[in-house]
Amino acid sequence: MTIFLGTPGVGNLRGTAPFPDAARHELANSQMRCNVGHATRTIRSKRLGAVDECPDWEALRDAGSAIKADTMARLPDLLEELERNVVARGGVVHWARDANEANEIITDIVRACGSTEVVKVKSMATQEIGLNEHLAAHSINAVETDLAELIVQLGLDKPSHILVPAIHRNRAEIREIFLREMGAVGELSDDPRALVVAAREHLRRKFLSAEVAVSGANFGVAETGTLAVVESEGNGRMCLTLPKTLVTVMGIEKVVPRFTDLEVFMQLLPRSSTAERMNPYTSMWTGVHPGDGPQSFHLVLLDNGRTNVLADAVGRAALHCIRCSACLNVCPVYERTGGHAYGSVYPGPIGAILSPQLTGIRGHRDPNASLPYASSLCGACLDACPVKIDIPSILVHLRAKQVDAECRSMPGGQDLLMRAAGWIMKSPRWFGIAKKALIAVHWISVPMKHIVAVPFPLSRWTFSRDLPAPAPEAFRQWWNRTHSAEDA
Amino acid sequence: VQPIDPFGAQLRIALLATCLADALFPAAAIATVSLLERLGHEVVFPADQTCCGQMHINTGYVAEATRLVRHHVEVFERSRCDVVVAPSASCVGCARHQHAWAARRAGDGALAGRAEELASRTYELSEFLFDVLGVRDVGAHYPHRVVYHPTCHSLRMLRSGDKPLELLRNVSGLTLVELPSAETCCGFGGTFAIKNADTSTAMLADKMAHIISSGAELCTAGDSSCLMHIGGGLSRIRSAVRTVHLAEILACTDSSRPITGTR
Repeated sequence: MTIFLGTPGVGNLRGTAPFPDAARHELANSQMRCNVGHATRTIRSKRLGAVDECPDWEALRDAGSAIKADTMARLPDLLEELERNVVARGGVVHWARDANEANEIITDIVRACGSTEVVKVKSMATQEIGLNEHLAAHSINAVETDLAELIVQLGLDKPSHILVPAIHRNRAEIREIFLREMGAVGELSDDPRALVVAAREHLRRKFLSAEVAVSGANFGVAETGTLAVVESEGNGRMCLTLPKTLVTVMGIEKVVPRFTDLEVFMQLLPRSSTAERMNPYTSMWTGVHPGDGPQSFHLVLLDNGRTNVLADAVGRAALHCIRCSACLNVCPVYERTGGHAYGSVYPGPIGAILSPQLTGIRGHRDPNASLPYASSLCGACLDACPVKIDIPSILVHLRAKQVDAECRSMPGGQDLLMRAAGWIMKSPRWFGIAKKALIAVHWISVPMKHIVAVPFPLSRWTFSRDLPAPAPEAFRQWWNRTHSAEDA
Repeated sequence: VQPIDPFGAQLRIALLATCLADALFPAAAIATVSLLERLGHEVVFPADQTCCGQMHINTGYVAEATRLVRHHVEVFERSRCDVVVAPSASCVGCARHQHAWAARRAGDGALAGRAEELASRTYELSEFLFDVLGVRDVGAHYPHRVVYHPTCHSLRMLRSGDKPLELLRNVSGLTLVELPSAETCCGFGGTFAIKNADTSTAMLADKMAHIISSGAELCTAGDSSCLMHIGGGLSRIRSAVRTVHLAEILACTDSSRPITGTR
């Protein structure tokens, strides 16, 4: 097998505005901020409880990290092994270089079945490639069967979270969407139970009539050809067993070498994502079995930029992600901006390192160029990650790559400022002169005590924060006055 | 780390004042000197020191940062000190976790080795007091109601945990109140505060609300940078709460108490 190097990821991986601008827009949405704030605070404290009761949690994280590092080191071999075992058990394997190829492969399979409707298990890979929109353009109706994904689909909305795509909606908003889109649902209250019953009635008809299902995959086991989906609602189990044809879209990084590796991830994933000891439904299937379940199984292996990520020895750890969302839930930036500010279907800290690597960066105006900077580097994501992806270090690495790639050729304002600061701070003499200039600022600003407005770019600081007026005596003047004889 | 008897061997401590304290917050650096001298140690101030380079590293300017790392390593090696101590978790975190990385990325393996050696004896003030000197009570007196904000780099880069809180609990006269959601970032993040000013401010607003709800007079932390952010916000909304560096509290004494620390 040869993977064509250099194909950038396309699809729903890039927004239209840089993060600071998109974030400013989202921060003004107080309903979203209340909803996301409430949801992330709740899941954060529950996750801590679920993790604290595991005495071997750190050992599990180390094991998960080691399995992923090993997988990435021999990814081509493992993918070929997976392909051999899926084919040997009656499945068909397709290789998709990017989103467009994947969409065409899936559309052809659905058409060959003569279907105009497919039921879907919640899947990030199909959101990434924009499958629903592509199928709609070919007159095929894709029905999301995960409750939150259904809310997003019916609301003509975009997902804003990896696990809970409708996290930005509250139950009053969900009731409005259901009333508008489901037609006759009678008297509908905003009681969660009533909303679930309405969704279940809406979906049951779809499950029973669908001929084709499309799923993602949490894991694909190379040594057996087994695919696995974990979920909470049972909708996945329905999709994976009822229709005659099953199409599974799997990012190539989701392969694991051995069946026993699942032992580690089946502990790490539910506790990190939903704070559950065990997720309610784990479905695994291997090929096809006459008279039982789908009689036709297609596996679409999706690259869409992943090979490029793999080529970066530091950035490749982003491919270790098991899509648990723990980093989103603990991120102080995500909690305030919500997921839409990130533009890509992968929001939050993992999105900030994954999306720009998948798509590559086309110059400094590319919205994805702003993502590595969409973090205060507080480190909460690294502590929460079940496979120990060092997101802060990868963010800094991507920033350095970007500076190396662009600013060197065409210095911008930031570039000149950083170079000037580097030059001043490298020289004790010029650093001393700069500080003397600050003391001059002190005498100018004496009547104010605090500085409330300064020119750009520091005006971005003083628009919400005062600056302290420099002290009348810098530290080293005090030192020289009190310790001059013993200077080092 | 082997605890060193604070009443025994005198250490030669080189102060890494940090560029921010040197220029804008001299009180934090002065307090650090006073405290360490009070505990019986020799403090030297290598006058050629400038900046640890963290702003450059975290903004992606590794080549510029490496020049600052080289300067930092040369200046502190020349000081012939036993240890380097700084009133900043952030700068110490940078020295410990980023200096060698930056030097290696810039292709200077020899500098990386020297940076690692220097970083192995570089400490943030509260971890130096707690781990190296083994001191719990520095003999400070500070009759105020105080809330402690654990900075991200103190918590998650240096893993300082409760060490600063333990030091504060032993300050006489001080009432320590609890900060809700203490472990959440204040939104500073270096150039993040400028590049993502709106998001940074939204984070700051929540941090300020928690600080104000605690009923404290003063908010303290181990980093002047985060305090500049929090203090700048509190000043802007004309809050009564002020900010003070942890070193300034620990350096404050009452003549009725012994001037040297006790275990």
